[in-house]
Amino acid sequence: MLLLSLLLLPLVGAVILTALPGAGRRGSKEGSGKFAIAWAVIPLALVVIMGFQHPASDDGVLAKWSLEWIPSAKISLSFSVDGISWVFLLLASLVTLFALAISSRFGLNSRGYCALILVMQTMLFGIFTAGHFIPFFLCWEMTLIPSYLLIRLWGGEGAPRAAMRFFIVTLFGGVCMLLGFLALQVSVGTMDFAALSTMASEGKLAAGVGAALESTGKDGYYLLTVIAICVFLGLAVKIPVFPFHAWLPDAYAEAPTPVTLLLTGLLSKMGVYGLLRIFMMIFPEVLPGFAPWLTALAVITVVLGAVAALAQTDMKRILAYSSINHLGYCVLAVAAVAASQADRTAVSSSISGVVLQAFNHGIIASALFFSVGIFEQRSGGLRSINDFGGLRAKAPVFCGLMGLALFASLGLPGLSGFVGEFLIFNGVFGLVPWAAAVSLIGLLLTAVFLLRLLRKVFLGPLPDSLESWTDLTKGEKWLFVPVVALIVLLGVWPQALLHCINDDTLRMLNLLLP
Amino acid sequence: MNPAWTIISAFVGALLVLLLPARMAGQSRVIALVASIVGALAAAASGLTRLNDVSAPVWSFDSPWIPSFGIRFHLAADGLALTLLMLTGLVAIAGVLFSWNVTKRPRAFFAYFLIIIGGVYGVFMSRDAFLLFVCYEIVILPKYMLIAIWGSTNREYGAMKLTMYSIGASALILLGLVVAYAASGGTSFDIAHLAATDYSTSLQTWAFPILFLGFAVLAGMWPFHTWAPTGHVAAPTAASMLLAGVVMKLGAFGALCVAMPIFPQGFAIWQPMIAGLAVIGIVYGAFTALQQKDLKFVIGYSSVSHMGFVMLGLAAATHWGLRGAVLQMISHGVIAGLLFGIAGRVVYERTHTRDLEELGKFDLWRSLPGAALAFTLATAASMGLPGFSGFVAEISVVIGVWETYPWLLPLVALGIIITGAFSLRAMYRAFFPVLKSAQGTNPSPPNLPPLTWPEISAMALLLIVSLSIGIYPKPWVTLIDDGLRSPLFQSILSQP
Repeated sequence: MLLLSLLLLPLVGAVILTALPGAGRRGSKEGSGKFAIAWAVIPLALVVIMGFQHPASDDGVLAKWSLEWIPSAKISLSFSVDGISWVFLLLASLVTLFALAISSRFGLNSRGYCALILVMQTMLFGIFTAGHFIPFFLCWEMTLIPSYLLIRLWGGEGAPRAAMRFFIVTLFGGVCMLLGFLALQVSVGTMDFAALSTMASEGKLAAGVGAALESTGKDGYYLLTVIAICVFLGLAVKIPVFPFHAWLPDAYAEAPTPVTLLLTGLLSKMGVYGLLRIFMMIFPEVLPGFAPWLTALAVITVVLGAVAALAQTDMKRILAYSSINHLGYCVLAVAAVAASQADRTAVSSSISGVVLQAFNHGIIASALFFSVGIFEQRSGGLRSINDFGGLRAKAPVFCGLMGLALFASLGLPGLSGFVGEFLIFNGVFGLVPWAAAVSLIGLLLTAVFLLRLLRKVFLGPLPDSLESWTDLTKGEKWLFVPVVALIVLLGVWPQALLHCINDDTLRMLNLLLP
Repeated sequence: MNPAWTIISAFVGALLVLLLPARMAGQSRVIALVASIVGALAAAASGLTRLNDVSAPVWSFDSPWIPSFGIRFHLAADGLALTLLMLTGLVAIAGVLFSWNVTKRPRAFFAYFLIIIGGVYGVFMSRDAFLLFVCYEIVILPKYMLIAIWGSTNREYGAMKLTMYSIGASALILLGLVVAYAASGGTSFDIAHLAATDYSTSLQTWAFPILFLGFAVLAGMWPFHTWAPTGHVAAPTAASMLLAGVVMKLGAFGALCVAMPIFPQGFAIWQPMIAGLAVIGIVYGAFTALQQKDLKFVIGYSSVSHMGFVMLGLAAATHWGLRGAVLQMISHGVIAGLLFGIAGRVVYERTHTRDLEELGKFDLWRSLPGAALAFTLATAASMGLPGFSGFVAEISVVIGVWETYPWLLPLVALGIIITGAFSLRAMYRAFFPVLKSAQGTNPSPPNLPPLTWPEISAMALLLIVSLSIGIYPKPWVTLIDDGLRSPLFQSILSQP
């Protein structure tokens, strides 16, 4: 019941916002924003409460809920939370709350806007807890319309095109994924994640698919590979992995900054989560076959993201490409586990690394996009690094906080960004050394473009137009400091998160390497 | 309340409306609403009873009618029929609510409306092929009248085209039925009897396409679909809702429950052809909808595409396929009703245009946010996003296709993606335009009259049903599976 109320809470908030009579009028605009922020605190509290519960059974499930959908085919809307899901839930509730809070500061607090974000939160909760493909896909596709409208209606000049492209590409990925899973339903009779990964772990999935689709004249290994590629397409579009990233820079740049924050902080995590918990766990039988390709794609994503970021001057685009680069590490870890499962420690390190990297990237991106928003607001929409300079003297606190976030992003030890990347590199070196070595280029380039950003904006001569620039206001500090504190805390005490996911990592390991 | 009340309520309602004195003509809508609600409640109550105990005997009414030809007045309502009756009741209520402001000859309007509803109820419950045919014929004249008198764009042409197609289709149906009747010994028109007869393969090979085509025309199967968009656009809102929502379903229902069970071998021979046409319909309808400038034409062509899924499910002929086809009939009935209601009534009555460009100038998401919200949800439902009824139906059909014709799937996937594109295009052009005046500021939206209670309740009713099916399809699936257990379908399902 706790889980059900968590899932429905944001949706109920959205309905209340929509139904509030007259709340859309100008006078009560602030009211809708404040209501949404207050409302978003409740799911966060529920997630924290859930974290203190002890697992009810030895499968590590903290809470679960399900509803029969099509009983004769054993399809049900089932949701359950374990440690890894919980970490993602925490991220979703934190980032949504933060996005709503900064939206209010930037004047984005109309009724529809807040309601759409709350709808999206419910869907994200659903994705991170779904135990069956149908509820997973339900929530997956239901994020489409809210994110489309958020980009289109509150975005910049080129938003309609960017939003349409985002929508169509994601829909395409979604349909591929759907067809893949329906093939599993037709052949082995289930789309339940746990059932499928158990089958895969026992090495029966490919054989089952082959036997059921005998009429196609292909063997099970071939068919399962095709299905795995379909599923990968759906997830890859969302993360995104090269060459499916073309929609991203425009969508990120055109969306209003808090929405960009949601896109990169949460929506991209849908793909990472799916890759880790679904793709990697269901297709281990066929993954070694195309893992080299996957690894190559991941390495290209890492390096290309960094190179592209280097070529940009728009801060939003720099950070957008930097996100491609950072999430590329997650794909790299999954690809490495797929390629070689020689070393248990390395596999376990990769899995923990993916979860931590996803969480930390979400938090760091929040801080960075908030900074971009501050730049935009103070300068009337300017975002190019060439428009700024020498701001350290005018805004030392801002400089310090954003600097910390940038250093965390480039993986400085002691800050949270380091932990995930370290665990991933540690794992990947043990599994596919060449990929780790090439990816180091990406790591170095990240340092280059992030430091360039820092230098251009905060050092050097101060342009005359920025003479009137002021440091962070009290309200902004109240938003900025907790995020940076979290970054530091998780940098020095990563055990806090690792502790939550250790048991689940072990369970995944046992399924992968029985 | 037994299912017969559906038919009784509709025809009694029509009679009462006609008997109403002229000075009380304005009250005809109340009678129509009450009659529709009684019918819908009867259907829902019977559905719930059936759901409680699916093993109970099916309600039926059987009495001799024209004994010299072995024609009987045989009605029955199994789970499958009940789901379609509930759909009809629902669309009827919404149709009356969306026609609340009809002032031109309201008595005739609502009488024709209720006669269509009664005929549709009759078709869904008929177990005698002749009775089914009669009920189907009852629908044709009022259809024509509704469009020709109360219609809009090009109404004479639309009404005539639709009627010609309908009459042509019924000629084919009648021919097919008479062939089956004669070949089975000329003793009975009972569908179960006709289906149990073993016809020669050669007879089935030529008789099946005649009978099937008759029904498929009505279901809007490509390339016999052209009456549908023209007719739907010309029709007044309530008639568009009825036409797309339930009358097209008569064709699909007839194909499933009459043509296929009577000539199963003929079906097996023509099956790949039907699947091919269905897929072409899905893709063609979607691409055509992508080109339209008139909002109602977009919805009209989307109906062609969606009905393609029904035909594809039938062609797949597995349990999943047939279940998906029926689910899609219900889902499309609700969603098409909703889309036509919003485009034809809620928006058109206020803006007097359906042109996407012109609509954009009204800045509808600011001036009419309730309608924009409802249309957005309806769009999501129409593009088959999960959580709405369309998704349950489409995945069932797709699973059926996986089992029978997996190589068609890339085309189906293309159709789904284009459906997403055209739905989104229509939605943003009409409701979410980007308006920038020369100064770069948003002009204030025009003042439009607010939504009225019949509009809000009709939209809410249809949306809630679509969402409830999408989130909790179990009861509907249980009822449909109950219907599919009937011996009628075993000869189809057992085909390799």
